[in-house]
Amino acid sequence: MEPFERYRDVVDDFEAFIDACRRSLPMAVRVNTLKATPEQVERAFDEAGVGYERADWHPHVVRVETDTPGATWPSIHGWVHGQEEVSTIPGTVLAPEPGDRVLDACAAPGSKATQLAAEMDDAGTLVANDNNLGRLSALRFNCERLGVTNVAVTNRDARNFSLKPFAAGGEHEGPQFDRVLVDAPCSCEGTIRKNPDALDGWSEDHVAGIAGVQKGILRRAIQVTRDGGQVVYSTCTFAPEENEAVLDHVLEREDCRLVDYDLALEHDDGLTEWRDTEFDPQVAKAKRVYPHQNDTGGFFTAKLEVSA
Amino acid sequence: MSENDGQRFDRLPATAAEREVDGRATREEVVDWWADRFGISPETFDDHTFWEKGAGKIWIFAGDAPSPITIEGLGMTFLRTRQEHWKPTTDAVQRFGRLATKNVFELTDEQAERFVDGQDQEIPYDGDWGYVIAAHELAGEREPIGVGLYVYGELKSTVPKGRQRSV
Repeated sequence: MEPFERYRDVVDDFEAFIDACRRSLPMAVRVNTLKATPEQVERAFDEAGVGYERADWHPHVVRVETDTPGATWPSIHGWVHGQEEVSTIPGTVLAPEPGDRVLDACAAPGSKATQLAAEMDDAGTLVANDNNLGRLSALRFNCERLGVTNVAVTNRDARNFSLKPFAAGGEHEGPQFDRVLVDAPCSCEGTIRKNPDALDGWSEDHVAGIAGVQKGILRRAIQVTRDGGQVVYSTCTFAPEENEAVLDHVLEREDCRLVDYDLALEHDDGLTEWRDTEFDPQVAKAKRVYPHQNDTGGFFTAKLEVSA
Repeated sequence: MSENDGQRFDRLPATAAEREVDGRATREEVVDWWADRFGISPETFDDHTFWEKGAGKIWIFAGDAPSPITIEGLGMTFLRTRQEHWKPTTDAVQRFGRLATKNVFELTDEQAERFVDGQDQEIPYDGDWGYVIAAHELAGEREPIGVGLYVYGELKSTVPKGRQRSV
């Protein structure tokens, strides 16, 4: 927990924050609306004798009283997907619609990609990209298990994502996207309740290195989004270098702005300064979720609009 | 006729008259197979396109894409062709099998648990031999679990190892 000491002055009730980080996380699943309704899932859990409680902030998030949700019939049928509550935030904020053209730039292992496909009702095109070939099999496995048919899987470094494979005959590039999710690789501080060793190997150099990658990914995401389209940037970490500083960097270099959005979870606004650095004041529109606020993992989410 | 290129996705020809690659299934053959085998209406797939990547592996994609396309995945693996008996995938049966009107095995709770655990079991059945849909009742509806192979009075589970579970 020592790396978290640097957040003592920015987190309200720092001791409660640390206490929450020490507790294990409640098990949660997301209802896959491509295959079932929340009512069907609840009835199936009733039949299996598994206790559950629907999250009050999201109609498709259910906290379950089992350590092995994967060995229940709702999971076997792809009616539910084991997914941490805060991990459903970015897909909910991006809120793609049926018929949209959507990119998930860092998609493996597919929890958020399959949520996007469900929001799209499996209509329109979802390009799920990941640079790690080994993790693509997990991505494809989850998409297929959850019944997704509108996904095209690509294996590119998201910093150089190419529209060329989707070019129609005679065209040089395929169409730009209506919406893009950048759920960036990060230092994963916010997953400490799920992975107690999440902070092993933590260093400011490591954070700085990942931040460089994040900036490149978010810039490319903006470039492949149509004018007026939207991009959600998220991480599961608290480090401002990987969150507000990345936004600040991209706001200065790409034609885009941050926009407000609603989130029915307790949260803090984005930080407008960190140590000696002041950020673009727009970053206050981003939202930070700390573990002690809602008994969840930690998360950071920002919504951007590409300028017309 | 040209050869199949297993490294890319090619859209299936609509009918045999448009076939350019030797041995490639057509869209018409694919939707007719689901209608003949399981009674699932061809209109079910009106908004989907079908693709081959790898020898005989057919993928179902919602919408369309340029053909050929060289990417890692396009929709869901759907059907294995280029063999005497075509075989649907577990994922396709779970997604579309609710619409089946024939060649469906309705299993008891105990039989369903054995099936999803990958076990073969002797079950009397007077339908066709071959690939069948194994289903059970869940939350008041018949829900498909996966693909069984029914031969010699035995229902063989073909649930892939990675999808097998002990409920």
